Amino acid sequence: MSSEPAAGRGLPALRRSGAASLLTAFRLRELTLIPALVVIGFVGWLNNPAFLTLENLVNVLQQSSELSILVIAETLVLLAARIDLSLESIVGLAPMLGAWLITDNRMLGGSGFGLPVWAGILVVFAAGAIVGAINGFLVVRLKLNAFIATLSMLILLRGLTLGLTNGMTLSSLPDGFVYLGSAKWAGVPASIWIAGLLYAAFGVFLRYSRIGRSIYAIGGSWEAARVAGISNDRIVWGLYLVGGLLAALAGLMLSGRIASVVSSQGQNMIFYVFAAAVIGGIDLNGGKGRLLGAFTGVLLLGVLQNALTLSQVPTFWIDSVFGAIILMSLIFSTLTSGKLSS
Amino acid sequence: MTERLEAIATPAIEARNIVKSFGPNPVLKNVSMSIPVGGARALVGRNGAGKSTLVGVLTGLLMPDSGDVAFESEAAYPTRTRPDGSRQVSCVYQKSTLAPTLSVAENLFINRQPGSRYAVHWTQLRRETQKVLDEWELPLNPDTETGTLRSEYRQIIEIARALLQGARFLILDEPTAALESKEIERLFTRIARLRADRVTILYISHHLQEIYDVCDSVTVMRDGRIVAEAPLPEMNAENVVAAMLGPGASGVIERRRVAPVSTSATPALEVKGLSLPPAFSDVDFSIAQGECLGLAGLGGSGKEAIGEAIAGLSRASRGEIRIKGTPLAGANVAKAQRLGVSYVPRDRLGRGVLPHLSIAENLTVTIMKRLERFGLISLKRRTDTAHAFVESLGIVCASIEQPVGELSGGNQQKTVMGRALASTPSVLVLVYPTQGVDVAAKEALFTIIERARLEGTAVLLISDDIEELRVCHRILVIFQGRIVRAFGHDWTERELIASIEGVSS
Repeated sequence: MSSEPAAGRGLPALRRSGAASLLTAFRLRELTLIPALVVIGFVGWLNNPAFLTLENLVNVLQQSSELSILVIAETLVLLAARIDLSLESIVGLAPMLGAWLITDNRMLGGSGFGLPVWAGILVVFAAGAIVGAINGFLVVRLKLNAFIATLSMLILLRGLTLGLTNGMTLSSLPDGFVYLGSAKWAGVPASIWIAGLLYAAFGVFLRYSRIGRSIYAIGGSWEAARVAGISNDRIVWGLYLVGGLLAALAGLMLSGRIASVVSSQGQNMIFYVFAAAVIGGIDLNGGKGRLLGAFTGVLLLGVLQNALTLSQVPTFWIDSVFGAIILMSLIFSTLTSGKLSS
Repeated sequence: MTERLEAIATPAIEARNIVKSFGPNPVLKNVSMSIPVGGARALVGRNGAGKSTLVGVLTGLLMPDSGDVAFESEAAYPTRTRPDGSRQVSCVYQKSTLAPTLSVAENLFINRQPGSRYAVHWTQLRRETQKVLDEWELPLNPDTETGTLRSEYRQIIEIARALLQGARFLILDEPTAALESKEIERLFTRIARLRADRVTILYISHHLQEIYDVCDSVTVMRDGRIVAEAPLPEMNAENVVAAMLGPGASGVIERRRVAPVSTSATPALEVKGLSLPPAFSDVDFSIAQGECLGLAGLGGSGKEAIGEAIAGLSRASRGEIRIKGTPLAGANVAKAQRLGVSYVPRDRLGRGVLPHLSIAENLTVTIMKRLERFGLISLKRRTDTAHAFVESLGIVCASIEQPVGELSGGNQQKTVMGRALASTPSVLVLVYPTQGVDVAAKEALFTIIERARLEGTAVLLISDDIEELRVCHRILVIFQGRIVRAFGHDWTERELIASIEGVSS
């Protein structure tokens, strides 16, 4: 499980870890995206040699870092055979709430409270945790359908984010608030480090910890997990909470990178979260898939987006090309995984 | 008058030389049966005797390998639906086949609603439904959703629908299982009225006493054959049980393993006044270390619900459960496990195995904590533990990393059993532990159970399979949620079965 995207090495690093896991594990599902990645990279390079520069690849990783953290959150929930659509709205609401409380100037859309930066950041994470806990309450305690409950939450939070500043963008953010999204550690953007460390940590957690394995058990068979003595309810609740926290972190990083909080921040991200997770082999029915696979899904989307931009595909067409290629990689990875032959 | 005589001569249903195999297993071996018009025939036999398969063939759900079926001398249509859409036969199963969110009227006339081809004539539909409801004396509104009705009404609506669809031959599969005694009486009155209208009935029941109230003749099946057929007044319940069991099944059973029961002061499991109405009430028993107690009873008798309460899957409303003297309260599986209870559920695929996970993980899921090093599961410890289990349980697999869903039923069951034993429990609750596995696996599972018992584990074996109950030192029979009889080691198969089926002796 060496899934951290080693600094500045991008593709080759991934291929090496792929080869290693090929030797150690029989499950090849995680590697089915590698050929697609290579093809896209090659075509991108043909169209614009700038694609295969160190600088550009670091750029790709940095731009994918927030998405990749959301994918961790969604993967956790999906593995337990649940769903969380509200993640993308936490990406907007949590930093907006923090920035709003910090910003002193009401003319700029602030609250006028002028909270210290550290307290603002605390609020960001608290907001994520609270939303996650409410989601867990709705799904576990009230037994609402997870899809519709988190969809309602998505709409509700989106509205809150807009209402808080009457749709204004908060852009006079203090340095401390934008630090995570803009700083560089050892010459590499901090967001890449953070995403990498989180992948490594959650990868180990899912594979080697008691709770991690219980998540797979719950997703594979709710009733069998219960009979085996696993505390299904508590674990699922916890996953929503952790998901909220991760989404808040992603939101903070995104705000830091663009040095402002837009009221539509995170909008439509959830579609790409699902695309990455599913292309990466996470089973929407739960219990199957690995974080490493989901990570290759994120990489594929990031590389694709970048290659399309560099290839000067007209802006208005980029989404349709993007969608078509996602669909094709999905078909391709299903074919190579041999799911259809059985 | 002549018509009536002819009707008596013509059987309502005639099945000739039916043979049916599933793969290499013959399930029906040349079965022939005929019931006269207006007759009520009881069909009895132990689990696996071939009753369900015969019903499947009669209703057209299954195609026989050879042989044929006819209704009132009219050859059977493959789906039992005549070209005009009317049915030749209908079966009312234990499980309702009504659409729960549709109204009584819509269910009664499903696919046959009055009106034009594209529009339902609702007024007429209600009017005709009301007529049917009056006929059956059902105090119901035609617009009520059937899902909200009592099971008695749902059942009658199913019967009424079958008749509306033109069926004159009805198969009732355990129709009283979900009914209370008053409702049962009313059902019997209605069946008598149906027979007066010359509707023919095939009545399947595990409650032997009932068949004397409802039927005029009985057919007994065993091992895919019809072994007895007689008018009922001539065959008493004793003889029916004897026919179900076959020769050589009487007398004292030699139990497989006899071992002394430990005489430790505190019993491993003690149950006092345990109640969870309507499933079971006032259940008292205790099991010593190293003892195997059987809990026998029909499906729906409440025996499985008792097991779930002990396993911590449900909370009894009254009474107490003590594991080695420590009380177990509430529905908490993890707590029951900590106190030393392991549970092997009946539904292996739905509740037993964790299908996507490997054999190694399935075996060790309840003892993950013990495999940890520095807070993470040590793969080496897991592999070593799993290897030891696979070997001692004789699980046949390509690798312990294989997903358990790929194994055969017998090996899956060994895995679930191994998981239950992994925590070295003091109480092992087994529900039909060898159901649906082949002979060799069965033998292996019995050996595993016996080994655990000799190490001091108290075993609670919940089943109505004589083969399984044979390993028990004592057997308690549960009937309608209560312990009705206790057997020591001197039980006979005949007595036990009669008691399970509710025949008081």
